[in-house]
Amino acid sequence: MVSPGALRVVRCGGSTLRGARAVFSADSYLLCAAGDFVKVYSVSTEETLRLMGGHADLVTGIQLNPHNHMQLYSSSLDGTIKLWDFMDGIPIKTFTVGSKLLALYTPASAEESVFVVIPKKGERDTFQLVSVKLTKGAGQDLEAKDLSVVLDGVGVSMKHIAFGREGEYVVSVKDVNLQVYFFKRKLLNRFSLSTVKTKGGDNHFSCVVCHPTEDCIATGHADGKIRLWRNFHHRKEYTYSTLHWHHDIVMDLAFSMEGSRLLSGGVESVLVQWHNESSCQKDFLPRLGSPIEYISMSSDGALCCTLHTDNRITIINSNLRFSRSIQGLIKSRDVKTGLVVDPRTKALVLNGEPGHLQFYSLQSDQQLFSLDIVQRQYIHQAGLKQSDLVKVAFSAQGTWLATVEESEEVTDPELQLKLWFYSEETQSFKLNTRINTPHDNHITDMCFRDMDELEDDSLILVTTGRDCVFKVWVMVEDSDPEAQQSVSWSCDFVGSYHNYQATNCCFSEDGSLLAVSFEETVTVWDSLTWDLKCTFCHPPGNIRNICFGRLTCSKYLIGATDYGFLCCWNLLTCALEWSAHLNVVVLQPDPLSEHIAAVSWLSKESSLFVFKPNEPRPIYIQRNLCKEKILLAVFVPRDEPEIISSEKYLWLRRSQLFFLTDTQELMTLSTKSLEERLTPSSKQLAVEGSLPVTPFSLLLGKHRCQQAQEDIDLGKPVVRHKQEQASPAVKELLHTPAHVLPSASFLCTIFINSLLISKENKSAEETADEVEMESEEAESDSDEEDVTEMEQEDTSHMELLGEMTCKLSKSQEKELRKIRKTDYSWISAF
Amino acid sequence: MAAYKPVVVQACPKLGERITQDTLYWRGYKTPVQIKEFGAVNKIDFSPVPPYNYAVTASSRIHIYGRYSQEPIKTFSRFRDAAYCATYRDDGRLLAAGSEDGVIRLFDISGKAPLRQFEGHTKPVHQVGFLSDKYRIFSGGDDYSSNLWDIPSATEIVSYSEHTDYVRCGCASKVNADVFITGSYDHTVKLFDARTKSSVMTIEHGHPVESVLLFPSGGLLVSAGGRYVKVWDVLKGGQLLVSLKNHHKTVTCLCLNSSGQRLLSGSLDRHVKIYSTTSYKVVHSFNYATSILSVALSPEDETIVVGMTNGVLNVKHRKPEEKNEKSQKKRQPAYRTYVKGRTYMPKQEDFCVSKPVKRVLRKYDKLLRSFQSSKALDAVLEPPIMLHTPEVTVAVMQELHRRGTLRSALAGRDEKQVNLLLTFVARRVIEPRFTPVLVTVADMITDIYQPVVGQSAIVDKQFLKLQEAIGKEIDYQEELLEVLGMMDTLFATFTKKRDMCLEENKSNGLTEIVETNMNY
Repeated sequence: MVSPGALRVVRCGGSTLRGARAVFSADSYLLCAAGDFVKVYSVSTEETLRLMGGHADLVTGIQLNPHNHMQLYSSSLDGTIKLWDFMDGIPIKTFTVGSKLLALYTPASAEESVFVVIPKKGERDTFQLVSVKLTKGAGQDLEAKDLSVVLDGVGVSMKHIAFGREGEYVVSVKDVNLQVYFFKRKLLNRFSLSTVKTKGGDNHFSCVVCHPTEDCIATGHADGKIRLWRNFHHRKEYTYSTLHWHHDIVMDLAFSMEGSRLLSGGVESVLVQWHNESSCQKDFLPRLGSPIEYISMSSDGALCCTLHTDNRITIINSNLRFSRSIQGLIKSRDVKTGLVVDPRTKALVLNGEPGHLQFYSLQSDQQLFSLDIVQRQYIHQAGLKQSDLVKVAFSAQGTWLATVEESEEVTDPELQLKLWFYSEETQSFKLNTRINTPHDNHITDMCFRDMDELEDDSLILVTTGRDCVFKVWVMVEDSDPEAQQSVSWSCDFVGSYHNYQATNCCFSEDGSLLAVSFEETVTVWDSLTWDLKCTFCHPPGNIRNICFGRLTCSKYLIGATDYGFLCCWNLLTCALEWSAHLNVVVLQPDPLSEHIAAVSWLSKESSLFVFKPNEPRPIYIQRNLCKEKILLAVFVPRDEPEIISSEKYLWLRRSQLFFLTDTQELMTLSTKSLEERLTPSSKQLAVEGSLPVTPFSLLLGKHRCQQAQEDIDLGKPVVRHKQEQASPAVKELLHTPAHVLPSASFLCTIFINSLLISKENKSAEETADEVEMESEEAESDSDEEDVTEMEQEDTSHMELLGEMTCKLSKSQEKELRKIRKTDYSWISAF
Repeated sequence: MAAYKPVVVQACPKLGERITQDTLYWRGYKTPVQIKEFGAVNKIDFSPVPPYNYAVTASSRIHIYGRYSQEPIKTFSRFRDAAYCATYRDDGRLLAAGSEDGVIRLFDISGKAPLRQFEGHTKPVHQVGFLSDKYRIFSGGDDYSSNLWDIPSATEIVSYSEHTDYVRCGCASKVNADVFITGSYDHTVKLFDARTKSSVMTIEHGHPVESVLLFPSGGLLVSAGGRYVKVWDVLKGGQLLVSLKNHHKTVTCLCLNSSGQRLLSGSLDRHVKIYSTTSYKVVHSFNYATSILSVALSPEDETIVVGMTNGVLNVKHRKPEEKNEKSQKKRQPAYRTYVKGRTYMPKQEDFCVSKPVKRVLRKYDKLLRSFQSSKALDAVLEPPIMLHTPEVTVAVMQELHRRGTLRSALAGRDEKQVNLLLTFVARRVIEPRFTPVLVTVADMITDIYQPVVGQSAIVDKQFLKLQEAIGKEIDYQEELLEVLGMMDTLFATFTKKRDMCLEENKSNGLTEIVETNMNY
């Protein structure tokens, strides 16, 4: 097994997809830059097929190799350009450029060189477009130092540069300036807009694209306008027309392959399709969920996809119909709900789209479903006070879900507490009770108590609020027979302590005690009579987190304070057991063991401490867990306990620790080494030899394909061998006891014969197909063919047993003739 | 891609009474007809035969009213002093009435002069009734006696002097011609059998009995007295079945509806309550102007007549059944249209194309979807929506506020529209569920239309109305806070006792207050 100390931090999902425009490969794969990786998705199944890692920093650009559509160039902030074979996921070559690469372009016209955006040496915040000559060398790692500057003072984003028709010119926009450089004429034209702010906003350029066949440039602007530039060969006589629909910045533009359609998208999350560059003909695809960041078209024009700011990819048909969406961990503006595990599906539950709760499957890196909590139309507009989900809690078996939503207004939060019941019929949560204004001020924490779900009265919900009270909610049977549902929730008890704000609440494992923290004090209440049992405090500093110990440590209560103390109180003696100086940000108990994980944030690094409440010495410490600040953590129970040899990592046996950083990347701790983790994920991609399959190419290419297939079959007979063993004749031969078998020399011919015949079946089938295609002579369809095949096998068995067959049918005779014709040359290999 | 989500209209639990089948049934009466009598109406009795005239006893007269007449069609006024308890016989042809002078008179409804006079009571007779054999009359008088009279001979058959106070009510059994009951101010109800010399059963009501009633089956007995209505099982020897305390003043009269499913009780507290005779829960309640002395229900519940202490007779007629055929003028597609193709079973090679379900959006939703705020607001200010479903109007206003376009939607309206808006706001701003939104709206309207105040009298009037409404609400809230403060002190004194049970009460009480507080 692995050596101790090999506990690694592994990214699980949620890395930003926003590095670069997505790229459609020629054969229905979608390639995306995701953090340090390049992801390969299947367009038809939405599945993540491959994760290509190798860059040491953020991937900033991906482009297909224009000379080989099976290869992909990717650039990264680590200063390298990599050439990949994305079918197999192998890096072919690595070119080291040396400085940060911010964008990558591979126009088809440029032979053996690519264009990248790099920061200008010696000057900050100035960038230049350079062409990099990719040297041809034998090795894998090559140096690419042959740089030539094309344009100076370009924008940093990949959207700010575009290559024109057949790579004749390059366009770059920055602020209010547009520059066009003609490669052949070595001519640089600059145009600029007035800097005066118009009513709608400023007219800074936000993106640029070029018409694929004509000399036309489309630019997007920060005030929502789209300008179409023509005649820009002349410095003076240039013209532009304006299209205006967006009310906010145009985030990206894309021309269709023929250039007749222009797609634009922005903050409104509406994809607009402009026809023939006129402003009157346009189509909309509204409500795509979140602001559009990038738009890309597939090379055959059948699909386009939009990348959204919340890390979602939407694939859209050419007739502007929503096709499917690829969504991993949706990035929300702020994960207010924390990380919660759904007890039913073991999925991670957190804020998703605005107003939605996402159920994210950790195993498949996919969103299982998204539950609409707020149920209101979300308006994508800056400065609106939207209501969003802030708290979520599940009951132990996952039958009840409690959610709290509030609007962003500080003074009047417009709170709603909703209780959802899991309905087995529809397999989803159904709203049971809605409570308006459960508290007068923001709700700070919420938890369920349930020891045994069979007894409904044990189910209690506690909410704590900044209005200095905590409230206990219970289920009540509805006495009215006419009511649609039999139970609803209502308030049972209101508790307060010296008019302090209630900040956290937590039930003990057996549900008998409730701990509520009021600023500096932790109060412990009896959950039957709602009597205040005792109070604890560790001044100075407010309580930030509390939790009860579990299993053997259930007599302990753990609390973390603002002033950086972790305290453990004994509930039996009502005394402080121990305390440690630690600035704890996250305190998370493992539901299946006594272990408690505490994540501290000290001097810009997060450290993990795992301890048992009964002893002050931590079991495990990992300093500098990751660069970013860890905001949330959760233990997810494993399906089956993992075998962990090292004593040190026993706490990871029953459950896995996941944590979310402030850049919303989901990470976990793994004891497995890198190779082990990667192996299951590397699947073989189906290689499609041909370019896009059109109905015509289907017709034409089928014949050719078949021949190729035949060649392959004949070329690799050994591969088949394994399958052949499954045939009953061979099985019989191999499994009969040795003493009843005739001599080996006698059997040998029969054995080889049996192999031959089943081999013939294959080729016979194919030839039959061919016959069917080519002429009308073939009267038998494939079904019949199967029948004959069966019979054939039967006869072969009979031969094995040494009995003569009766007359052969016509079709059988035909089969035999075919067999005679086939090539047996490969047998010589034996 | 998500579809457009319609505006969420907050469903509030209905304030006040819940609408049930009963409320709908008992609400189905026209506005009442008020008829002024000469004195307090002490008895109303419906004739058991069509056309269901009713006799009203008030002061020294008995008026017979027809079903829809507001003037008496006949009057019996041969009383020297007050008349009491004019009651029809089963065939509706004879009428008996007691009087202040102790004489019981029997009238033919077509005649004027009494057919018989039964003299024997020494004090006023407040209760007269026919036994179900039609030939005998029972009576109860203030001389504590209950008598039985023979009609043909006009003689007293038997006299029971068992009550120890005024006998003020009674009822004859419909099942047995010999059985009748009387209720008295001595807190008892007594059951008599004409064949015996003394009472068969005595039931202790506990309060002076004002009214008694026997169910048509004869098995159950209802007595009313004090604030209580009690139901007794006669067959079990007078066991108390249920005691109802729904009035807060003396219950004066009882009445069963024609089906026997509902029991009506009228009281001095100005209410008529209707109970279900299966669950004995109040299913509906009528409110009247003054204390009620008598109530009667015509067969088939066509008319409710209530007599009051100030001599007003309140008559309510049932509305005719609405005929639905007339309202459905538009011809619906034939049934065949709907079932066409429904029964077709897809064959194996058939390719099924599922048609997407078309979602019907309300007008305001359509407008909101295309961001037409002003028009959306117009759509919900249409009178039908504004009057009947104000929550829709408020929900759209809230949605507009959420989108930040409420101000522009409110601005730029003419006098008529501003008037409409202000009427709505002034009327609804005090409703707790609408207050948070409408206060914002009112704020914005005042801001926007401040410069034009004084230009239109109508708008100015509305502004004043709004001010008045808000002023009233503030006063009301202050009062509520005072009450809350008082209750807090009360609860504080409770907690000192440290009693478990009290503490539980306290916590429950507190939450209730907090919840009511939340509503405001």
